[in-house]
Amino acid sequence: MAEAVDQGAADETKMTARAVKVHYGDKLALKGVDLDIPAGQVTALIGPSGCGKSTFLRCLNRMNDTIAGARVSGDITLDGEAVYGPAGIDPVLLRMRVGIVFQKPNPFPKTIYENVAFGPRIHALFKDKTHLDQIVETALEKAGLWHEVKDRLHELGTGLSGGQQQRLCIARAIAVNPEVILMDEPCSALDPIATAKVEELMDELHERYTLVIVTHSMQQAARVSQQTAFFHLGELIEIGPTEQIFTAPRHQLTQGYITGRFG
Amino acid sequence: MPTIGDQHIVRSFDEELKRLHDALARMGGLTEQQLKGAIEALEHRDSDLATRIMNDDVRVDDCESFVNEQTVRLLALRAPVADDLRAVIATLKAAGDLERIADHAANAAKRSLVLNQMPPVAPMRSLVRMGRLVQALLAEVLDAYLTHDAEKALAVRSRDQEVDDLYSSLFREILTYMMEDPRTITAGTHLMFIAKNIERIGDHATNIAEMTYFLVTGRKLNDQRPKRDTSALEGAEQE
Repeated sequence: MAEAVDQGAADETKMTARAVKVHYGDKLALKGVDLDIPAGQVTALIGPSGCGKSTFLRCLNRMNDTIAGARVSGDITLDGEAVYGPAGIDPVLLRMRVGIVFQKPNPFPKTIYENVAFGPRIHALFKDKTHLDQIVETALEKAGLWHEVKDRLHELGTGLSGGQQQRLCIARAIAVNPEVILMDEPCSALDPIATAKVEELMDELHERYTLVIVTHSMQQAARVSQQTAFFHLGELIEIGPTEQIFTAPRHQLTQGYITGRFG
Repeated sequence: MPTIGDQHIVRSFDEELKRLHDALARMGGLTEQQLKGAIEALEHRDSDLATRIMNDDVRVDDCESFVNEQTVRLLALRAPVADDLRAVIATLKAAGDLERIADHAANAAKRSLVLNQMPPVAPMRSLVRMGRLVQALLAEVLDAYLTHDAEKALAVRSRDQEVDDLYSSLFREILTYMMEDPRTITAGTHLMFIAKNIERIGDHATNIAEMTYFLVTGRKLNDQRPKRDTSALEGAEQE
């Protein structure tokens, strides 16, 4: 159903999805999606509630495994390696390489320092205390939070403002040096200033990481992404360069949705 | 199951888009009248009509200001995308072209006042013919724009060639006339400028045709239209 993706030859594909279907019990939530995620770009997934965009996002690092009754079929690859199946990447390692940030900031009830150090600790990614300090500082800096929290690293992460908490969660995701970062409506609980900071962060991060973001804000998709995919009723309707989607979408459904003529 | 309607969920958005569309329709109608009047004033040596055309140009300018304000408002408050964005941008650009068209018509009317103080000159017949052709093209292109008819717009665009051909031949005709009888140089020069005004109106109509195509299809017309207006080279091959 989706129109062919017009990909430049230079674009490297980080992840691929082929015929990906998801059942929640008897309900078919995702009806066979083919989609390529280019490396070093922000891919935005848009669509009305229940269209399957978050379901698809969660397939990319097997977060659906944790939902009772969810069944995933089809093929997903990360750098050509299978994500699902007997030969699939170990889910724990997969989630280190493909991090996720959720809609509501969810820092652990620990200090700011420990929130960021958590991943490196469980994956044993550091040599000594100095190295861990350095990892924490770098991650907080990349998340644009270092200057705001450097004097209060041992206060609770839950004591930060909403926008700071969300950037702390991004720092936590970055700390394990992932290759892909998934964001599920990362700004919907934030005010416009905090949103702008997170969007600026996405702009900086996509040079180093591949980003996939689910958003209900079409303006946000337009602002931050290079590629936009429109989902509707469990199907991928259209995917293309963001500029094309927002100036001349090919599909009537896409046009109806983004212009607000969806009844 | 959601369906795609013609209407936005937010009804006031539709109302604002309609207001913009209506404003352009009004401006188009007014501009057509201005051009028609200017050509009639030339044909019938009607100085009263010419004066009225000159004075009425301000009404077209007012329309353009209204379209400009509405456009800024829509962009700022509604952040239109897709076909809505194209409609807003195309209207803004088309209004600019219409304003220029009305200016050219007013300028032609102004020159006709001078011509009316001199004896009639023969090339006026060809000039009026060219004017009628451009008038027809303008009517066609406005119709195409307002009914979102890309095919019709393309047809108008290709017909601009006829205007260019007429202009080139008229240029030679006026030149010959002036060489034969230097007493007609003043009138001939004014005719030249009026011919240029009308030729430019044809170009603006072509712009509106291209905007129509973009509005309807979302694609830009990239191929360069063949230009056969040779008047710029006139006289070069002699000697």
